[in-house]
Formats: sequence, structure tokens, C-alpha cells
Amino acid sequence: MEKFTTLTGVAAPLPMVNVDTDMIIPKQFLKTIKRTGLGKHLFEEMRYTPEGKEIPSFVLNRMPFRKAKILIGGANFGCGSSREHAPWALADFGIRCVIAPSFADIFFNNCFKNGMLPIVVNDRTMTVLMQDAPKGGEFTIDLERRRILLPNGAPMPFEVDDFHRHCLLNGLDEIGLTLEKNKSIDAFEAKQGQAQPWLYAA
Amino acid sequence: MTAPRTLFEKIWASHVVEAQADGTTLLYIDRHLVHEVTSPQAFEGLRTAGRKVRRPMATLAVADHNVPTTNRAAGIADLESRTQVQTLEDNCKEFGVTYFSMADVRQGIVHIVGPEQGMTQPGMTIVCGDSHTSTHGAFGALAFGIGTSEVEHVLATQTLVQKVPKTMRITVEGKTGPGVTAKDIVLAIIGKIGTAGGTGHVVEYAGEAIRALSMAGRMTVCNMAIEAGARAGLIAPDETTIAYMKGRPMAPKTADFDKAAAYWRSLPSDPGAVYDKEVVLKAADIAPQVTWGTSPEEVVPITGRVPDPAAETDPQRRAKLERSLQYMDLKPGMAMTDIAIDRVFIGSCTNARIEDLRAAAAVVKGRHVASSVQAMVVPGSGLVKEQAEKEGLADIFKAAGFEWREPGCSMCLAMNADRLEPGERCASTSNRNFEGRQGRGGRTHLLSPEMAAAAAVTGKLADVRSLRS
Repeated sequence: MEKFTTLTGVAAPLPMVNVDTDMIIPKQFLKTIKRTGLGKHLFEEMRYTPEGKEIPSFVLNRMPFRKAKILIGGANFGCGSSREHAPWALADFGIRCVIAPSFADIFFNNCFKNGMLPIVVNDRTMTVLMQDAPKGGEFTIDLERRRILLPNGAPMPFEVDDFHRHCLLNGLDEIGLTLEKNKSIDAFEAKQGQAQPWLYAA
Repeated sequence: MTAPRTLFEKIWASHVVEAQADGTTLLYIDRHLVHEVTSPQAFEGLRTAGRKVRRPMATLAVADHNVPTTNRAAGIADLESRTQVQTLEDNCKEFGVTYFSMADVRQGIVHIVGPEQGMTQPGMTIVCGDSHTSTHGAFGALAFGIGTSEVEHVLATQTLVQKVPKTMRITVEGKTGPGVTAKDIVLAIIGKIGTAGGTGHVVEYAGEAIRALSMAGRMTVCNMAIEAGARAGLIAPDETTIAYMKGRPMAPKTADFDKAAAYWRSLPSDPGAVYDKEVVLKAADIAPQVTWGTSPEEVVPITGRVPDPAAETDPQRRAKLERSLQYMDLKPGMAMTDIAIDRVFIGSCTNARIEDLRAAAAVVKGRHVASSVQAMVVPGSGLVKEQAEKEGLADIFKAAGFEWREPGCSMCLAMNADRLEPGERCASTSNRNFEGRQGRGGRTHLLSPEMAAAAAVTGKLADVRSLRS
């Protein structure tokens, strides 16, 4: 997995609450058997008319946000379906960091599995970010030092749990890590099979 | 003496493979349900890394999201849908996973199939690459939705890396009134706590009104735990649960059943167990519910009116309400019963079990679908369909002018050919009323099967209680 250490780029503001994963990537694009190629359909129904023409007022259709690497959203971002196509679509578009006051759990977890960083910030930080982002300046996300640098260079600290931070900084494959614990899993199954044999009956 | 523990704490503790000081836990997963939409990239990942499925016997796959609900014999017309379903079948063959094909009577929506087969059992940990996996919590199993990377992780290791969630108990006290169903209970809960009210929490539903529910009703309530943002929903197993389990194909066999049942009876939360958060509702206060907006929390009693955004003080929330009103083409202050509908959908993992179809048929019997309405019933599984046909329910629906379809997710999310046209308004027993969910520009009102039936025969949102003879 690609490492996440620092990320510098413009941040697209999307000041909406309850942005659901159906909005992020509508179901007709879930028929793919690949992880890539979803970026052009990111926010499809807000971004394009039914005829496929760009809606100029939508933030990702405007410069400089067409090149956004960061997205700033409202509360309960990523609610709804578990589709990992949502973070895949964001990543394919070029967005590797989403900042919001709160996230839905499954979306939040899915981001980390794809080398993306979701950041929860308090209302005060949110207000500052939502004021600065529309001006189109570049923000820097410094995961090592757990801080967001505003376009004027001012730092805003953020929290991230140690496990996720460690995996992102080192680009670790979680499955590989777990497979190293095979003996513990074997031991668990042996014990559970003794106590609850019906779970192992054919 | 050990401290009193919640149902959640008991299940969690019995599945810890390894735990770190910061609470990061390697959690064992007993059962894994797989469908065609969120699994192809996971199997591909295994293949690329040369990994196997650790426990094929603990895994069950079925195609549900993409399958057609008409003329199965003709196969799937859409190339991408066909490829996705074929890919699932091929992957199951390659990795040794049991697969119910479209031609199998046991095929259906994954969250209906698991319980129906007895794969879902109390005390288990169950996952699926689908947010409505919370459904299985109705059995007192810790069940939650995961993304595709986690699907791959479970296939390879039969475990997941998890943080300990918080706990919340939602108690629904007393008895519900006539015409008030499990769907109304859960919509009322979401209306009260909001779509992010359960974020980070595992919710245990308790109280007299919950205990009185059938397994089908309990599954409806747990199914929509995710619509309140919860990690999972749980209901303590009891004699209703144990009676449901008996004789299911994948349930413990005779020799083991009593031992299993004794274990299940030990699972309910101990008296005095403490939750991080408590919410209490009175069942008597709950009327049949209908959503008016584009989030499940935008819900009112059928006797209510479309709210006025001017009353909302938070500017972002007010903007959301205004956007919802505009999308739904409704005016503040309208009576819900004045809203005319074009379509009715009875189906989905929320409300497509035999009990749901019986309840809807009871309202439909002797009536006819309004001339302005197109209505359909999509049973949750082939076995539900077969049972409904045996009981004469299919004939009641067909005689009333409903379309009687083959099982699948269908118009809950409109990945197959079943969808709303722009501007169409639908009374739907599904779980999400998001913009575009049932088709771009489509407008969804969530409600119970009884209320959907009432809407079908009257042509508008209607209080099912006023139809009772």
C-alpha cells in the first residue's frame, strides 16, 4: 500500500451534512470488478446533469478544486452503505484526505485500508478550514506530526489513533500483519471448537 | 465475582484472539456472508497474494444485488451485472466457498438467507461486505458491515482488527398500539436519535415492545441500526429465538442443540450491566411512521405534517432540510396523508420476510391497487416466495394488481433493472431514502409493509389504521 506521510494540495469545501455513500458513488458504478476508474463518477449526480454535462457550480468542477487532494465535508460524512467504492472513487479522483466534524464508522475504516486519511476536527478548526478552503490555497497534512498546515502556514493539530497512523506512515498490509499471528488464530479455533463444537460441525 | 456484563461484552470477550493495551483487538469472526458487489476485488486480492480462504465452511455466498426479478430463465441482460454475478460464482468454485446460484430456491437477499438457513446463530460474530449485516443482531449475534478490504482480511484470516465500540441500550417500554410494527419502532428511534445517533456504538434494543416482536420484527429493527449510524444492533436471545433456530438446515444438530441452547440462554445482559448511553421510548407514543425527506431521520408520524426548515436554527442542518424538501417536491406544513404516490415497493432485507408479506396481504385482501399506482412485491428469498405462494398470498397480491417478482435486493438500491424514473414517488418498505437511491431523481418514502399496502390501495400515503374494518 502507498505510504501516507505528508500531503500538500488544495482542499475542496463541501459544506453538507450526511453526505452518504450513494452520493459519493451511485450504485450503477458498483458493478465493476476493479478498484480503479471510479474517479470520473465521484459525486456523479451532483457533478453532472443526467445528460452527462458538468454542472459548473459544483465544487469539483471549478478550478483549482478540480485538482483537489483534500475534501472538507460536513458532519456524519460517508453514512449509509459499506461500499468501499466510495473511498476508491475519492482516491481515483486524487483525494487522499477527508476532513469532517464526524464520520460514519464503516467509511472511516475503509479509508485507512486504502492509504487515505480521514481526519475528525472540532467545530473551531472546522470553521477556520471552511473559511480558508474556498480561497483555493494549498494545505499540508503532516501525519508524522499530526497537524494540518493552513495556506498561511499556521498549524492546526489533529488526533489519529496510533495503529492507523503507524499503518499509513509505513504503508503496511494489514492482512500480512495478521497472518503473522496464525498460531494465535489456530489456538483460538482449537479452544472454541472444544467449548462450542456445533460451530465446527459440517 | 465478576462485574455484570452486557450481551455485547460477553460476545466480544469470547472472540478476542489478541488484544493490545490501546484496545486494538484481533477479533475472531465465526461466519462470513458474501455477495457479488463487494467481493470481487477481495478475491482478486487473495489471488494476487497467493492466499487461500482460511475457513470456506464458515463462508456462504449468494448473488442478490444485481439479479433480475423477472424472467430468470433468460439470465441477466446487463453485461456488467452478468459479469459480476459470474465472477462470484467462479470465485466460489476456485476458493471452495458454498454458493447459492440464481436457480437455487435458497437464493435470496443475503440477510434473509443467513437466518433462514440457520447460519446465523446467537453469540456468533458475523460479518458481510454490506452495511445491513446489522440484521443478524436480532439473534443476539454481533453482526456488522465491512468494506471490501476487510472482506479480504476475513477471507484470509477469519479475523478482523477492531477497536472496542461503545455500548448503548435503547429501551422501548410498554406495548405498541394496533397498526404499529417493528418498522415504525425503528423509524421512531432514528427520528429521535438521528442518523448519527448511534455512531461508534453497538446498540442493544430492549424493553417489552422489543421482546414482543417475532424474529422477523427483530430483524427489521436490527437491520436499520445502521441507519442510526450504529456499528451493530443486538437483541438478547430468548425462547422466541431458540424456537426459530430449531430444525434450520445449518443450525446445530440434535445432539448439539440443547448444549447450544444452554449457551444461548447464558448470553443476555446481566442485571445491573452498564451501558455508555441509554435511550428510552414509550411504545404507546409511536404511531405508524413515514419519512418525508432524504435521510431516514427525516421521519414523522403518518398523522403529522411536513416540517418547516425555518424552525431549524443550525444553518447547515437547515440547508439540508431545504434541500430535502426541494428534492422531494414537498411544501412545509403539508399533511403527510395528502401526498400522492406513483409506485409501491414491498421488499428488501428490511421487510421481505414471510411475516411482512402476510401483514401486507392482510391489508390488500379484497382491495385493488389504485389505478395511478404501479406496485410490486419482491420476496426476500426463493423460500419466502415459495411459502407465500403456498399460503395464497401471491394470489392476493396478483388479484389486487401487484406484480409478483423473483427474490433479490431489487428496487431497494436499483442496481438491477428495477428503478424509479426521475420525479416518481414511491412508498417503499426498504431502508434508505437517500437522493437517487431508488433511481436518479426518484423520491422515496420509507414505511412498513402494512403502510405500503395502504398506500398502494389508496394511491397516497395513508394511515393503515383508518383502513381496518
